[in-house]
Amino acid sequence: MKPKYFAIPYVVWMAIFVVAPIIFVIVFAFTTPDGYPTLQNFAAMGRFTNIFIRSFWLAFVATAICILIGYPIAYILSREGPRLQKLMLMLIILPMWMNFLLRTYAWMSILENTGLLNRFLSFVGLPTLNIINTPTAVVIGMVYNFLPFMILPIYSVIVKIDQSLYEAAQDLGANNVTVFRKVVFPVSLPGVLSGVMMVFVPAVSTFVITQLLGGGMVMMLGDLIEMHFLGTAYNPQLGSAIALVMMFVVIIFMYLVNRFGGEEKVVTA
Amino acid sequence: MNKKPGILGRSYTALILLFLYAPIAILIIFSFNSTRSRTVWTGFTLDWYRSLFANSSIMDALYTSLIVALISAVVATIIGTFAAIGFHNMRSKWRTPLTHINNIPMMNADIATAVSLSLLFITLGSVLRFRLGFGTLLLAHIIFNIPYVVLSITPKLRQLDNNLVDAACDLGCTWMKAFWKVIVPEIRPGIVNGLIIAFTLSIDDFVISYFTAGGNIMTLPMQIFSMTRRRVSPEINALSTILFLSVLVLLIIINIRGARQEEKQKKRQAALNK
Repeated sequence: MKPKYFAIPYVVWMAIFVVAPIIFVIVFAFTTPDGYPTLQNFAAMGRFTNIFIRSFWLAFVATAICILIGYPIAYILSREGPRLQKLMLMLIILPMWMNFLLRTYAWMSILENTGLLNRFLSFVGLPTLNIINTPTAVVIGMVYNFLPFMILPIYSVIVKIDQSLYEAAQDLGANNVTVFRKVVFPVSLPGVLSGVMMVFVPAVSTFVITQLLGGGMVMMLGDLIEMHFLGTAYNPQLGSAIALVMMFVVIIFMYLVNRFGGEEKVVTA
Repeated sequence: MNKKPGILGRSYTALILLFLYAPIAILIIFSFNSTRSRTVWTGFTLDWYRSLFANSSIMDALYTSLIVALISAVVATIIGTFAAIGFHNMRSKWRTPLTHINNIPMMNADIATAVSLSLLFITLGSVLRFRLGFGTLLLAHIIFNIPYVVLSITPKLRQLDNNLVDAACDLGCTWMKAFWKVIVPEIRPGIVNGLIIAFTLSIDDFVISYFTAGGNIMTLPMQIFSMTRRRVSPEINALSTILFLSVLVLLIIINIRGARQEEKQKKRQAALNK
């Protein structure tokens, strides 16, 4: 038996368990509960427009904050000595190994109205904040859970930059700001882009964070899909249509992000 | 430019680490709290650990999670190893599109994979007369684990010198023998990594399990989800502490293993260069 045929069972497996399920989603999205072809599922989505907008907006905000917080960390980390770098990297990865639900649950006790944050604020004499069950709480939960996914890809790109590139730029008269702008940033862009994908996709589709920290007051696409498959509004056809539109918009968004990144590289080259 | 980060950079790093660890520290601290409150410290107790181990629904869920993770990791590693070797030996005309399909479950949102699998299982179930349960849960875990196994083995196959296999065959090995004596030992680190990744992903998964397990069976993350939605119980905190410590120990073991492997590699390289 030739080794190239080793993959044949898995190709069949993928056809059944990877490709077919996606076809099922497409078929369900275009049928009525009785099995007739229809477009009504997509028409019915109109009333969820605000949920679509909110999902993409909150995921966008969380992704932007992750870049703003994560980029400097990745950069600082790459300048540390090798031993400290390794240790810090471990420390950033470690929370990711803790169950996602528990990490989110931890924020419930911090953010709730009688929670630790407000107890601290009133202790130092500041007015308390109403954060739990608001979009702010959801964004905090997203940033907390997905920040390492932004730091790691950026770090792994920056750390590979050849030291002689810096020296060459400095020899040619570039100051630190110019070196960053002309050397580090363009080279690190692919890392930022993969970070964006790794944060944006789980953020836009989450229903755990919205249910734990949004308390059902901040509905997002994930909640909508969950509701139509497992919840009170059981309607897998409509749920499939929502999931399909979500996947479609995410793919378009990713395509645009990649294109934008690609052009940037050409300009700086 | 090669300067190390200054005091400003270091304090920023410290701040981020505080942000990452404070919530976990709070969870751990309140697992020893003597009342149900998760914000007011009232005194030290180990009661929540005792009631955690006495809680049969949590222990059942833990058992289910471990069984599913173990079986799905082993099965996914076997299928994934053969798949990776097969892909590696294909022409790129075939390999490229197949690799893209293999990547779909990793790129897609969890909930999209979850929904599509649940539709498949429900539809097949109505034809073949089965219901969502342990079987579909296990199958779903195998399905989402395989791509990660393939991903961790492929680079090792690229490093593999094809002449080694040819040499083994010239020396009278059958292909099967060459497979076991040459290929498997060479790619073993990739296989072990794949197994570990698959196991941890499986233990950690909530979304896909939630959609494919049906109503009668619960994994640990599903149990945690239902607990967070009901009354507050510090048993969750006790559970968090135990899980965090196990992860910490596991990560330390993996790191030591990795360091040893590097050492071996270096020695081997040095021997070859002599």
